[in-house]
Amino acid sequence: MTLDFIVLALLTIITAATPLVFAAMGELITEKSGVLNLGVEGMMLTGAVTGFASVFFFESAIVACIAAMLAGTLTALLFAFLVLTLQASQVATGLALTIFGVGLSALLGQNMVGIAYEGLPTLSIPYLTELPIVGKLLFGQDFLVYLSLALPFLVAWFLYRTRAGLILRAVGDSHDAAHAIGYPVIRIRYCATLFGGAMAGLAGAYLSLVYSPMWVENMTAGRGWIALALVVFATWRPWRLFLGAYLFGGITILQLHAQAVGINIASQFMSMLPYIITIVVLVLISRDRNKIKLNAPACIGKPFHPAA
Amino acid sequence: MTQQVPLLNLTGITKAFPGCVANDDIDLIIQPGEIHALLGENGAGKSTLVKIIYGILKADKGTIEWNGEQVSIDNPSIARQLGIAMVFQHFSLFDALTVVENIALGMENSVDLTELEKRILEISTNYGLPLDPKRHVYTLSVGERQRIEIIRCLLQSPRLLVMDEPTSVLTPQEVEKLFATLRRLSTEGVSILYISHKLDEIRVLCQTATILRLGKRVSDADPRKETARSLAAMMMGKELQSPARPPKVTHVDKARLEVKDLSLEAIDDFGVDLKNVALHVNAGEILGIAGVAGNGQNELLDALSGERSCDSSNSITMDGNPCATLAPDARRRLGFGCVPEERLGHGAVPDMSLAENTYLTAYAQMNLTNNGMIQTAARDEFSDRIIREYRVKCTDRQASAASLSGGNLQKFIVGREILQNPGVLVVSQPTWGVDAGAAAAIQEALIALAENGSAVLVISQDLDELMQISNRICAICAGVVSESIPTEQATVEQIGLLMGGATNQASVL
Repeated sequence: MTLDFIVLALLTIITAATPLVFAAMGELITEKSGVLNLGVEGMMLTGAVTGFASVFFFESAIVACIAAMLAGTLTALLFAFLVLTLQASQVATGLALTIFGVGLSALLGQNMVGIAYEGLPTLSIPYLTELPIVGKLLFGQDFLVYLSLALPFLVAWFLYRTRAGLILRAVGDSHDAAHAIGYPVIRIRYCATLFGGAMAGLAGAYLSLVYSPMWVENMTAGRGWIALALVVFATWRPWRLFLGAYLFGGITILQLHAQAVGINIASQFMSMLPYIITIVVLVLISRDRNKIKLNAPACIGKPFHPAA
Repeated sequence: MTQQVPLLNLTGITKAFPGCVANDDIDLIIQPGEIHALLGENGAGKSTLVKIIYGILKADKGTIEWNGEQVSIDNPSIARQLGIAMVFQHFSLFDALTVVENIALGMENSVDLTELEKRILEISTNYGLPLDPKRHVYTLSVGERQRIEIIRCLLQSPRLLVMDEPTSVLTPQEVEKLFATLRRLSTEGVSILYISHKLDEIRVLCQTATILRLGKRVSDADPRKETARSLAAMMMGKELQSPARPPKVTHVDKARLEVKDLSLEAIDDFGVDLKNVALHVNAGEILGIAGVAGNGQNELLDALSGERSCDSSNSITMDGNPCATLAPDARRRLGFGCVPEERLGHGAVPDMSLAENTYLTAYAQMNLTNNGMIQTAARDEFSDRIIREYRVKCTDRQASAASLSGGNLQKFIVGREILQNPGVLVVSQPTWGVDAGAAAAIQEALIALAENGSAVLVISQDLDELMQISNRICAICAGVVSESIPTEQATVEQIGLLMGGATNQASVL
């Protein structure tokens, strides 16, 4: 009985953490290039509604995920054009992008409220998936979960082992120096921002296809903002980010179970817990100024004027 | 000598920016293996010209020939493929990355980092430029940072090495080492294009010089056959004023600024702790503090100006008033003036007008506030006085601080502080990046202030300047300030050793 409960809790924790892993890893790459995109929430919502609509239209989960990534990429492209080409303020544009995403997704999703979807197909390997306890946990997830587990490896490898990752970090650290050496700062930032958009779109699709397979207005419920906070408090390091996402997912689920058991604490307070605890823990483990200096992209949010 | 094909031949290079012609029909010929100086005041177009050579900017008109063939250098990558390497004035380094990562970024092709590390160590021992490839750049001194740039260039086996003001941040001993490296490169057939303000250096190092003034090439010279004065005259188009000299001390030994046992921890690992600093500046004298950047100068200035308050209220006294715990404006009321190193963002608010910037430091001393209201007439009058007396080139007092050139803004800031008639003035890098004419004007103003009975403390990396204008000199190294030496007894070598950390004077004298 308790074992079943633990397995069930772990399964739900994974679903709660996965969208954060996607959105935050995307934002990590964006910010490492020196661009601060506060529109994660808006890009997630756009991705969520697009993914949900596409799964009925194309009747393919994979196509729906790709469509959601494209939708996220397109909103990020709008953002990138405004802040990189036209050099608008990144903070103001990012906030506007969130509000835009909320409105656009509500408009597109008008006719889809109340429709349910059966959820993404999960992996099913004969015998392995039927194993007690670990079977469902390790071999019975949908493909997005496996992708999200691979993501920290991929991002860490890209940032710290490849030349492209080195150039990306360099652009975020000093765009003037990168320009002087001859790297195309704006083009690199476009790529990083678009990747962030694609990941946010995928995170949105995960919410509307797996986490609660339906469309509800504003269904991200602030996860885009948590993803942004995770990036900062994880001091721009992929593995800390991954842990932070799972910490948040874990507490989200535990407080739900606690509420279900009937612990006598105001439910509003319980709903606050994951946000507060995640931020407090990450603040506590990232107080080292040197580590921050070493990992924080020094040029974040600063517009780049190439002419000078 | 037979007529050889020049390595680089620029003809008729013209580049205009909105509002000014930075390069006007400039010709430049560099022979293989020569060390060629490019001379000129601020705004003469030197930096623009080298940026065109390195492909960062594109010329509006003119041709570039490399080894006799016409080429078009559209970006730095093409320049590097031709064999042009550049050491920038403001280093193009990435603080958060390691030495080897920084160097890899400057290479044309993808490289294996462990392989690259070996090559870095090889070159660094070969040329006597010690450097640990694994360290992060933010932990390195300025001299070490420059070594990264030089090694980065040498790894590409360049044919032409462009150096933009390389010695402004080095101790005299480091300059000697650098020159040895450059001379060796020159004998190996590498051409060097060397940009500097320091005329004496050019005379000992370079074989030819091209002199620019206001975007035009005015003449060529053999610097070995010229004097520093004649070169300066060619640069400025007029005779240099007589060189600055220390103020004549007419006042008795009365310390106006006294610092005793001042210790201050750095805010973070990138700063330097001040350790038991003791110094005093008498009325009527200039005390110079020499030192390589990043040895505690910023912390010392913060402690003196009051940006960071210190523990014991007796460690800093100004005219007998303990003020170590006072805030900056309280110190200003006691008659303290301060010119920080960083002009935009520290000495002046970039996007505010000169008049507003005047008000911000002068409101108390010059009574520019009445019942909380800004006295605009008095403020404007004072701003105009600064602009007039210090010959600040600007449209008018409404011009934003950021719109002024570095030298003009510095004249404005120094003028703003001096005209408040401070009893104690602390100036950091008064003439850094300022051309010879403006530098002379600023130095004259500092000397005149001291001769009127104020105490002036000058923190500078430019040792020549300190030797010229100060009565006494000391050096700061790793947060420790050495004892002072009267300038007439001091030699450049002694101070250089103190700057490098020779702890006691006895070992130097």
